[in-house]
Amino acid sequence: MSLTQIRQGSLVLVDAARVQSRGALYVAQARIRQMMKWIWLILGIAIANPILYLISVGIGLGGLIDQSVGPAGVDGVKYLTFLAPALLAQAAIQGTMDETVFPTIEGFKWHKTFYSMNATPLSGVQISYGVFLTALFRAFYTVVLYFGVMWAFGALESPRAWLAIPTAVFAGASFGALMQALAARLEDENIFFVVLGRFVMMPLFMFSGTFFPLTSMPFFLQWIGWISPLWHATELGRHLTYGHAISPTMIWVHFLFLGIMLVLGLFFSARIFTKRLAK
Amino acid sequence: MFIPMAVAIADARAGKRGERVYSGRVPQLLERGFIAFKSSTYMIVISGFLEPVLYLLSFGYGIGKLLPTIAVGGESIKYAAFIAPALLATSAMNGAIYDSTMNVFFKLNHDRIYHGMLATSMGPLDVALGEIGWALLRGFSYACAFMAVIAPLGLVESVWGLLAIPAAVLIAFGFAACGMAITSYMKSFQQLEIINMLLLPMFLFSGSFYPISVFPQWLQFTVNLMPLTHAINLVRGLCLGNLELALLGHALYFVVMIIIGLFFTTKRLNALFMK
Amino acid sequence: MSNPLISARGLTKKFGDFTAVNGIDFDVFKGESFGFLGPNGAGKSTAMRIIGATSQRTSGTISILGKDPELHGPQIRAHLGVVPQQDNLDMQLSVAENLYIYGRYFGLPRKFVKGKVDELLAFAQLEEKRDAKVETLSGGMKRRLTIARALVSEPEILMLDEPTTGLDPQARHILWDRLFRLKEQGVTLLITTHFMDEAEQLCDRLIVMDKGTIMAEGSPASLIKDYATKEVLELRFGSDRNQEMGAKLRTMCDRIEELPDRVLMYTDDGEALLEKIYAADFHPKTSLVRRSSLEDVFLRLTGRTLIE
Repeated sequence: MSLTQIRQGSLVLVDAARVQSRGALYVAQARIRQMMKWIWLILGIAIANPILYLISVGIGLGGLIDQSVGPAGVDGVKYLTFLAPALLAQAAIQGTMDETVFPTIEGFKWHKTFYSMNATPLSGVQISYGVFLTALFRAFYTVVLYFGVMWAFGALESPRAWLAIPTAVFAGASFGALMQALAARLEDENIFFVVLGRFVMMPLFMFSGTFFPLTSMPFFLQWIGWISPLWHATELGRHLTYGHAISPTMIWVHFLFLGIMLVLGLFFSARIFTKRLAK
Repeated sequence: MFIPMAVAIADARAGKRGERVYSGRVPQLLERGFIAFKSSTYMIVISGFLEPVLYLLSFGYGIGKLLPTIAVGGESIKYAAFIAPALLATSAMNGAIYDSTMNVFFKLNHDRIYHGMLATSMGPLDVALGEIGWALLRGFSYACAFMAVIAPLGLVESVWGLLAIPAAVLIAFGFAACGMAITSYMKSFQQLEIINMLLLPMFLFSGSFYPISVFPQWLQFTVNLMPLTHAINLVRGLCLGNLELALLGHALYFVVMIIIGLFFTTKRLNALFMK
Repeated sequence: MSNPLISARGLTKKFGDFTAVNGIDFDVFKGESFGFLGPNGAGKSTAMRIIGATSQRTSGTISILGKDPELHGPQIRAHLGVVPQQDNLDMQLSVAENLYIYGRYFGLPRKFVKGKVDELLAFAQLEEKRDAKVETLSGGMKRRLTIARALVSEPEILMLDEPTTGLDPQARHILWDRLFRLKEQGVTLLITTHFMDEAEQLCDRLIVMDKGTIMAEGSPASLIKDYATKEVLELRFGSDRNQEMGAKLRTMCDRIEELPDRVLMYTDDGEALLEKIYAADFHPKTSLVRRSSLEDVFLRLTGRTLIE
């Protein structure tokens, strides 16, 4: 085949209208293909993490706590049952964050792949949504695996516990979208990772009522929980997996909080992607 | 004839022991650490101090409400006092591991800073000791700062607890020496991730949050092989004032780690840069 | 002539089965600018690293200022300023801090190095960038900083491995200008390059290397005189016809090279040859008469072009 033939052929092959309607899916497809290279590692961690935490903290520390609190339990249940939904939400949030923050920095800075994607008919908005969809996919299978482990550990008490899966993914999506917008704005990532890890993720993990009821924290530290997607998701997860008591209003508040975060995150992410690619 | 000062300095060391691998430049490398700290790495260093404090606040306070005391050797102690020494040991480990793995990997393979250093009249042992020295200094500062938090809270039960500071330095030294040795053999960033993956189970199972006696025998045995367990036992023993011969054994574990780590690091750096 | 600063005999370096440097001999004298010219993989950088006392030879002898690098690495390195092919500046430090700490690595006193930093910033034309992070510098600035850094210990020998690779033409000329100044100050320069124009500009004397051996040695002018004609006529007949036309033109000059994209005809008078070719009713698409360069020397010696 000569050079001229290739040139003529490609005009027919590229269907710009199709790209316009499905671009985000194409981007997600490319990203998922990337992810597949590490899939065994990702799956391995996705399974090992809950097992390690549930055994060490849930059963190891939980055993001592259950003895200490007696039949009243923690929030009325075994410590393991209390802890598990929080870890489920945490896994979703961590999974989406990894899958939005790293690819975004990679795409803009390390490998500059977004710029070459943008040179095709794909738009910045589509690239942004594509990355987000991939993260959603990762959050989904991570949460399903985690849920399976929870079931195996006997940490599920309610028949509608499975609803905790979409709820956790929803929380992961909200936080992931916001982080993606943040990562897209980033010029110098060196310090960002440290700040994100130690000043954001770690306090969220520690102070969102993950390991003990938020109300047992001193009042001046409880606000961390209120602004933390992890706390909102954990409250919903506890309600769904073992019937933790929350008022209907609060259920709405939790969903509304996560929903607003998701919409804002997606909006800003798409906008920043477009702007930065056009720069 | 004009003799440049650099040459005079190098010539003055001629004939000294180990002159081909070591030129006595550890202070200069520490100076580099300080300059880098001032202009770019301060955030990383300071945030490392925050980690154990957050754990203490969260677990010590929150879990402490569910589990007010814990029994150690027939004596019951406050939960926060039980975990504080473990957090001290863990932060010594984390700081040393970061400095000797991620940090070293980037300088070695990405920025190639060591290549530049070794084109001067320094040797590979200077570089190894300099990096490890910085990790120790950091471990020492973390230990002092954390001690300044926990001692006023009444979480250190014995005056022997002061020895936890040098113990933390010993722990940092052991982890830094081994971390650097392993990193110098690593080819890709992904391999480095494996080290980080091993840290989590070690942290979760080494008796930071409760005594390992709750585990079945086989798991206790495995846990007792891991370095962090020895680190925690050493620091906890000192802070609680439970002086026993086993403490020497824990310290010895780290002395061995230091020797093995330094040996392989120097060997590997020599092979990398003098091939 | 005085004793050489650097003297190598039968210098050989093997990596497993691969021989990177294969028994080379050379001498470098004080104050001269000595070049290693050759394509990538010729063994230039390996030879440089052996001289820099950061690589151990497999066999042969080498002496640098009368010392064996294998036994006296630190002492020899104290005499050298090294500019590696790949910049290895300290990204966590500023421009001035990079210079300062590098001087300290030689064990030099603080006060001495501080004075030196100002002097070198001026030399490298980086005074305005004094407090900038290295990451923000352009490629040319980074190279100048690396050269300035190599000078902090006042070395007698400055070794530059591919100093201008990857730089734009303007940045190259600024760099060459800086190197000329150093030469004027009596610094001995050791340069590897695969650019013939750079070797012609900078080197008093050079060795042409290929596959680990020395193909020729001399000044750029003498090498051109010995291995090429005064001028070269470059003709292009179109991609698929160069070979065929080359065969037809072979009788019209002493030597002809048929490359995929053009035909090179070696002659002392290019214009005259071109007229003869037109007269013989050949019609090249383009033609160019130029002076012979080291590229032609290399082509003659190896049958290959330098940059492939």
